[in-house]
Amino acid sequence: MSAAGTDDFRSSFFEECEELLEAMHDGFGLMIDGLGDKETIHVVFRAVHSIKGGAGAFGLTALVAFAHHFETALDRVRSGAVTASPDLLLLCQRCGDHLSDLVATAREGKDLDPAPAISLGDQLDAVIGPPVAAEAQTDAAADAFEPLSLDLGDFGMVPDAPAEVSGYQLKFSAEPELFSSGNEPALLIRALARFGTCSVKAHVADVPPLAQLDPSMSFITWDINLETDASEDVIRDVFDFVTDCAHLTVSALPIMAQPPLPDLAPPPSLPSPSNPVVEAPKPKVESAPQPAAPTASLQTIRVDFERVDKLINLVGELVIKEAMLTQAVGTIDLPTGHDVLQEIEGLKQLAGEIQEGVMAIRAQPVKPLFQRMARTIRDAGTMTGKRVKLVMKGEAAEVDKTVLERLVDPLNHMVRNAVDHGLETTEDRLAAGKPAEGTVTLSAAHRSGRVVIEISDDGGGINREKVREIAIERGLVTPDTPLTPSEIDALLFMPGFSLKDEVSELSGRGVGLDVVRNEISSLGGRLAISSEMGQGTVFSISLPLTLAVLEGMIVVVAGQTMVIPITAIQETLHPDSAHIHTIGSGSRVLSIRNTLVPVADLGAMFGFRKEPSDLEDHVLLVVETEAERRCALIVDALHDQRQVVIKSLETNYAQISGIAAATILGDGRIALIVDPEGIAAGVAPVPANADPITHTADEGELHVAN
Amino acid sequence: MSLSVLAIDDSKTMRSLLSSALGRVGYSVELAEDGNDGLERFTNSDPDVVITDINMPNLDGFGFIEAARKLTRDRVVPILVLTTESAPELRARARSAGATGWIVKPFDDEKLIWAIERVADTKGQG
Repeated sequence: MSAAGTDDFRSSFFEECEELLEAMHDGFGLMIDGLGDKETIHVVFRAVHSIKGGAGAFGLTALVAFAHHFETALDRVRSGAVTASPDLLLLCQRCGDHLSDLVATAREGKDLDPAPAISLGDQLDAVIGPPVAAEAQTDAAADAFEPLSLDLGDFGMVPDAPAEVSGYQLKFSAEPELFSSGNEPALLIRALARFGTCSVKAHVADVPPLAQLDPSMSFITWDINLETDASEDVIRDVFDFVTDCAHLTVSALPIMAQPPLPDLAPPPSLPSPSNPVVEAPKPKVESAPQPAAPTASLQTIRVDFERVDKLINLVGELVIKEAMLTQAVGTIDLPTGHDVLQEIEGLKQLAGEIQEGVMAIRAQPVKPLFQRMARTIRDAGTMTGKRVKLVMKGEAAEVDKTVLERLVDPLNHMVRNAVDHGLETTEDRLAAGKPAEGTVTLSAAHRSGRVVIEISDDGGGINREKVREIAIERGLVTPDTPLTPSEIDALLFMPGFSLKDEVSELSGRGVGLDVVRNEISSLGGRLAISSEMGQGTVFSISLPLTLAVLEGMIVVVAGQTMVIPITAIQETLHPDSAHIHTIGSGSRVLSIRNTLVPVADLGAMFGFRKEPSDLEDHVLLVVETEAERRCALIVDALHDQRQVVIKSLETNYAQISGIAAATILGDGRIALIVDPEGIAAGVAPVPANADPITHTADEGELHVAN
Repeated sequence: MSLSVLAIDDSKTMRSLLSSALGRVGYSVELAEDGNDGLERFTNSDPDVVITDINMPNLDGFGFIEAARKLTRDRVVPILVLTTESAPELRARARSAGATGWIVKPFDDEKLIWAIERVADTKGQG
């Protein structure tokens, strides 16, 4: 299978599988919700059928075998032989999940444990009944997929063992259906001539006069003498398509007896049978290097990821150049409304639109991601014995592909959590007057240039008393620490915190919410939590639409321009000396809302200057890191807030602690993008024994950055 | 002029495979995504041979063949059914719809060409 061997077809097959699996899962979802119509089951059936067909072309036997079994069951549902009960639909969903697994492992070129397939297959058989006699044929065909030896005949392509014959005598006549089905005796005889020397005699005695001739009827009988060493099967195979609309007799001629019919003359309609291809075990195939351009209506194109990346980089450069041009023109002091200024404004808009358009190339709907979560939820439901329904909202919202990929693990963890910890047991739910089936809702929505993904459950909500107890037990807080409800919720994100005392089968994966939060914030996102006792919990993730651009605060430190990611900034404030305290070895802390936050000077940390003693003319930026660490950064001035194009420092230079990346500003200068995580790690934490100074009033002049 | 083939299959992968296998031997290939699409292309482009899948949305392979056979032509265009099933009922049904022959998936390039050569007047194509 030369064509199928190429990677291109293979990868396009797997891409198609993704689409088909999506359609299949959608279909099951609709049917389970009772929203499916007559076409839904057909869509599902065709999806599985197409996967089987493609898998067959690539010799993916395990996939073909399971898809066939699954397809057979779906066919029964489709034909109405079996009712699509809720139980059967759930089983089908699990089969669909397994099919997804098989596709995934086939894609990676691995083998999957056959046990689940066998068990699922048995369960299918139990519901739909064992294969009946009428289907034995189909099943046999499917089994035959494995050695790739379907009931095809071999068309004479495979050299046969030399037959003990010198040739065959054939007698052939056609029924009218032969013509109406698009077959043609001349072509059959020509095909026969591939296997040897062919002489043909047409008996035309029965042909009526032209005036009475019905062209749809056949009145001719052909006697064919074929000299060949091909087997009879190969010869009969030529007539495979016409066995039901022609009369054919084949008799072998033994090797010694070779009576070539003496009076045979080739009928003129035949393609040069007197000069046949004598040795043609294979069809002669002209090789045309350029395949004719197919005119299929393509809705998508496949583009190398690198090309898109390059384009994104170039557009980034364009945006920077545009900013530089704007700045350069600004220095020549043109009158307002000057042509140049107007054109530059137009250029700026254009560059912005191009940037948006290019980013959109990488954007993909969150739906496939959500569908993967449906799988996780089903698995989690099975493991915990809880009945769970997934509701998806806004799954058409698009996010950068890279962001989506990196969301898989955090989301998996959170939906698993929602089922395992969020939802109560069925008994508890019923006791609380809730429906037995719990609901987990995944939603996505675009909000002011970001995408917000929420994972909510209608479970019991966070048991804050319990959380607090555990936190005290683990030494995360002291028993007398006053904590607001949201501060208690925040404890869930502390490293090592686990709500359950015993590690459950689900959560015992050594991953806590802290890891989830770190991953989210490494994507430039924020994770928030809100919960109401008895009503459920909502985890909310706010993410940038792309990783190529960052919303940053442009600051100046010791004459250097730097960028601080907006997502990390909690507030900016003019230092009021009353709230800055010097402790211990001379390090400073900022007292803010009953807590102490270490103060650090960005200039000093990067070696630009010594830490200023007087902070009057400076600005403090309170940043918060993933690990709940906060620190106040001293900067000289805030410039503005804007989107910057991220340029990796690692690929261009080296990794530097405290610096996340770099960008190029409008004036062409390079500005470093600060990594709040790295900065906070380098700042001495406030000693535990420092006196917390209590303030009731708000501190100083306060600006909330975002 | 090379042999022109209309290939109808709702699977993108299968269309690519068909297009590649047939294009490689110099046939000109037109692709259609389902029976309806196929019927439209069949009407407009008058192909030498049609290869059609059975299970397709909108209009399946049987429906396509029946509809195609109703169209008046000065010749009966060969239509090969491409299917994963080889059950005799299926062949009978395809035949009664007017199919010329059948190819069982997964197909082998050579067998595919061989099936076409048995039904298409390639010599007349020059």
